[in-house]
Amino acid sequence: MKKQVPLLITFLTGFIVIVSFFVPHRPFGILETQVLTWYAIIFGFTMLIGVDSLIRLHVRKTQRRKKGWWYSIVFFAGFLYCFVTGVISLIRTSNPFSPGTVFFYGYRTILIPLQSTMFALLAFFIASASYRAFRARNIDATFLLIAAVIVMIGRVPAGYKLWPRLPEVANWILNVLQMGPMRGVMIGIALGAVAMSLRLILGIERTYLT
Amino acid sequence: MLETISVWIAGGLTLCIFSFLYGDNPIYKFAEHLYVGFSAAYWLIYVWHFTIKQMVINPIVAGESGAWLLIIPLFFGVIMLSRWLPERYSWISRWSIAFTVGIGAGMVIIGQVQGYILPQLKATLLPLATGSWKTNIDNFFIVIGTVTTLTYFYFSRREKSTMSKFSRIGTAFIMIAFGAAFGYTVMARISLLIGRMSFLFGNWFRIVKPL
Repeated sequence: MKKQVPLLITFLTGFIVIVSFFVPHRPFGILETQVLTWYAIIFGFTMLIGVDSLIRLHVRKTQRRKKGWWYSIVFFAGFLYCFVTGVISLIRTSNPFSPGTVFFYGYRTILIPLQSTMFALLAFFIASASYRAFRARNIDATFLLIAAVIVMIGRVPAGYKLWPRLPEVANWILNVLQMGPMRGVMIGIALGAVAMSLRLILGIERTYLT
Repeated sequence: MLETISVWIAGGLTLCIFSFLYGDNPIYKFAEHLYVGFSAAYWLIYVWHFTIKQMVINPIVAGESGAWLLIIPLFFGVIMLSRWLPERYSWISRWSIAFTVGIGAGMVIIGQVQGYILPQLKATLLPLATGSWKTNIDNFFIVIGTVTTLTYFYFSRREKSTMSKFSRIGTAFIMIAFGAAFGYTVMARISLLIGRMSFLFGNWFRIVKPL
């Protein structure tokens, strides 16, 4: 029951999804879109587990007065504010995500600036990383350096001022020279994903059950 | 008034996050924990509204045909919550994991073969002798780039074989591709930074005209 049933479930669901692609008739034909909905519904329940685990972690931290416990209070404040405004907006309007709701106000005022600044912060770290990566120590590193510099300069007005054809060269690198290797990498990843999926469906790969 | 408060809060939080450039500090940690807490609740509301309400409750209430089939994901969703129970019962959640893994694996096989492998191979089968020399060169680089990259990832080749020489060319192509991708990513991050700076100095301090 603990191992054989999950293996059987994986095999059957995987097999049915594959068959539904090759047999476009009822009942298999509609299954492909149906299972995507099912997948999203189950994902919704896993979100509950994830949030519960996060809340437990912060409750424990606060109860035991661990180092930096008061940050957990900030966590709860953020969580409660968003949750309560979300529930209020759900009750008042049919769509809490529409502009004008108190939930959307919080989303626009708190979540968007925090999220975009987090990503913008990466600009500084990526700059220091590029300093380390862009040292022409050998021929391969030189290729990396030249391609990156052309693409970076070619995408700003200064590049055009420097040499009007530089944006064209940058685009050629992105659309032609980059295309082949990226295609090779994508094909490699796709083949690996297919092989791993087959291992899962056939029950060879069982690590997800441990 | 609300708009002004919104700009001040957003501006303050932006500075809190940027304070990380000075080093890990309490102000940054405050903003970080606020972000995590807010996001967790945001996703709960998101899942409730777009998944549970629209995919489960609405079809059942409207009595749509085939709504009874929703019992299947609901069953697996509910038994996923058995992880909250003692270890004696929590193993039942494996059924839900197995169900999602099965669906995911099936979708990956179809999606990767149909969406990636075949279209990418088809797009690489390019003519090398067309009327235009520019297209010929472009196609040549795309074909050689793809083939040599694939040979680079063929690890069971012999050390000093012809294939190894091809894979050496593949390395050069990969480095160019990674360099271009890196440069592109840098520019994307810089543009995000410009956006935040425009917000700070344009919308908040009103020193410059916002973009």
